[in-house]
Amino acid sequence: MTDAPTLLLRDLRLAFRGYTGVTEVLHGISLHIRAGERVALVGESGSGKSVTARIVLGLLQDQRGARITGQVRVEGRDLAAMSRRARVALRGRRMSMIFQDPTSALNPVYRIGTQFTEVLRRADPAITERAARARAAALLDEVAIHDPARVLDAYAFQLSGGMNQRVMIAMALANNPALLIADEPGTALDVTVQAQTLGLMRRMVADHGAAVLFISHNLGVVREFADRVYVIYKGRIVEHGPTAALFDTPRHAYTRALMAAVPRITGGGIPDLPERDDAFAAPMELHPGVAEPEAT
Amino acid sequence: MKRTLVILLRNPLSAFGVLLVATVVLSALLADVIVPFPEHRGAVVDFANFNQPPSAQHPMGTDLVGRDLFSRIVYAYRISLLLGVVVLAIAVPIGVTVGLVAGYLGGRVEYVLMRLTDVFLSIPPLVLAMSIMGVLEPTLINGMLAVTAMWWPWYARLVYNLTRAEREEGYVLAAEVLGAGRVWVMFREILPNCVPSIVTKMTLDLGFVILIASSLSFLGLGVQPPTPDLGSMVADGATYLPDSWWLTVFPGLAILLAVFGFNLVGDALREILGADQ
Repeated sequence: MTDAPTLLLRDLRLAFRGYTGVTEVLHGISLHIRAGERVALVGESGSGKSVTARIVLGLLQDQRGARITGQVRVEGRDLAAMSRRARVALRGRRMSMIFQDPTSALNPVYRIGTQFTEVLRRADPAITERAARARAAALLDEVAIHDPARVLDAYAFQLSGGMNQRVMIAMALANNPALLIADEPGTALDVTVQAQTLGLMRRMVADHGAAVLFISHNLGVVREFADRVYVIYKGRIVEHGPTAALFDTPRHAYTRALMAAVPRITGGGIPDLPERDDAFAAPMELHPGVAEPEAT
Repeated sequence: MKRTLVILLRNPLSAFGVLLVATVVLSALLADVIVPFPEHRGAVVDFANFNQPPSAQHPMGTDLVGRDLFSRIVYAYRISLLLGVVVLAIAVPIGVTVGLVAGYLGGRVEYVLMRLTDVFLSIPPLVLAMSIMGVLEPTLINGMLAVTAMWWPWYARLVYNLTRAEREEGYVLAAEVLGAGRVWVMFREILPNCVPSIVTKMTLDLGFVILIASSLSFLGLGVQPPTPDLGSMVADGATYLPDSWWLTVFPGLAILLAVFGFNLVGDALREILGADQ
């Protein structure tokens, strides 16, 4: 089964049973990701992106009230045919995920090193404390954290959001998963850190040979990162294609609407200041009428 | 731990609480050393000195069969604390496990466990303990059993609510995604984040367990004579009020100080550990 795609969804449907009847959420999603490919799933909030990711990870299958039909195959193996235990065993080993807000994704009561060791231990129960620490340090070094010892001994709240994001990436890729799901990674971080993260992620998935399902509503980021794009709207895939083609000639009305909706923050930058005198260059000087009235 | 203690001692009110708790605990531990009449904790009769008001020899007076009240109160503390610790040591793990499992797994398991908890909670605690004690023989062990039976549901409730909140946290999802099993997520990811609230409640409860146990023995359902118990001492003396006031007032004060002390410390811990969500 070496030629099986890393992830294959065929006519995936999801409905939730509630008090008022059945609510259909996904109306037949089909997509595939081959090994080493970076594929984006783009759509607005509530379109079904994150719920798709949860099904792929096998998190919704056990939930009562969730009806899932269609196929989910990870490396050729059908998730529906697997036991709960077997699905748990896939997570963290064959597939893993990074999140919007990396700081909240790390448990506040454990040091980074402890959490890292646990992740490594799940793939290799025999690993020693020392070996795990060394491996964690090496992985952190890969994500450009150059003082791994300090970071491993720190708690998540002692590190910056960008640091935590890198830790999460390193942790998610620690066991060389075949599939990495990135659910709007770093949306909670500021844009510069986000850009850094993307570059880092691109390099890391290439090094570890992982395929990526990149979930986002940010078309700018998608254009930078993905090889192919699926556009999801109200629980349906409305368009898909290679990134360049899709951005050049969007065919579906929704894709065009989505592109038109991108806020143009990067457009002109800060407009030129109408006046620029010497006082502007002296930051310690208080200009009349700018400070609090009492301050003068 | 050290930081917590420093903050506790800085606030006068909580420092007073720590002082009270330390007094109670130390006197219980060192009872044999500090008490003037250690043999009076048992069935000793000294009719020559019965029902004496407080004096230099008997700082809190003597009871109806001439035993030194101070000695008996200190020994009663020992029993009360032992009872409190044992009750919590059994009730807390049960309640915490029930709450965690119900809160995390949800569905049918949650329904069964939490309705069972509700059944226990719906019976007034003292009534429940009284009926259990009424059926069983009134001994110290059965007393612990009765109080434990009424105590675990509160922890189940507390931890259930905390778990419901915690399971939506990012790190729980992250742990699941990184391959953690259900037991692991419950006990290693969620539980440590509930510990501040649990510890706070335990501190507060130590006082209340002492109070409830005293209430039971006040009603004659708890620890039986000649074992000293604050509740039965109050009960014994109540008929002789107000003339022999020391028979009731000192054991009553002893209960008050213990409950008050644990309450002050518990309240302070709640603020320090930030467990008051």
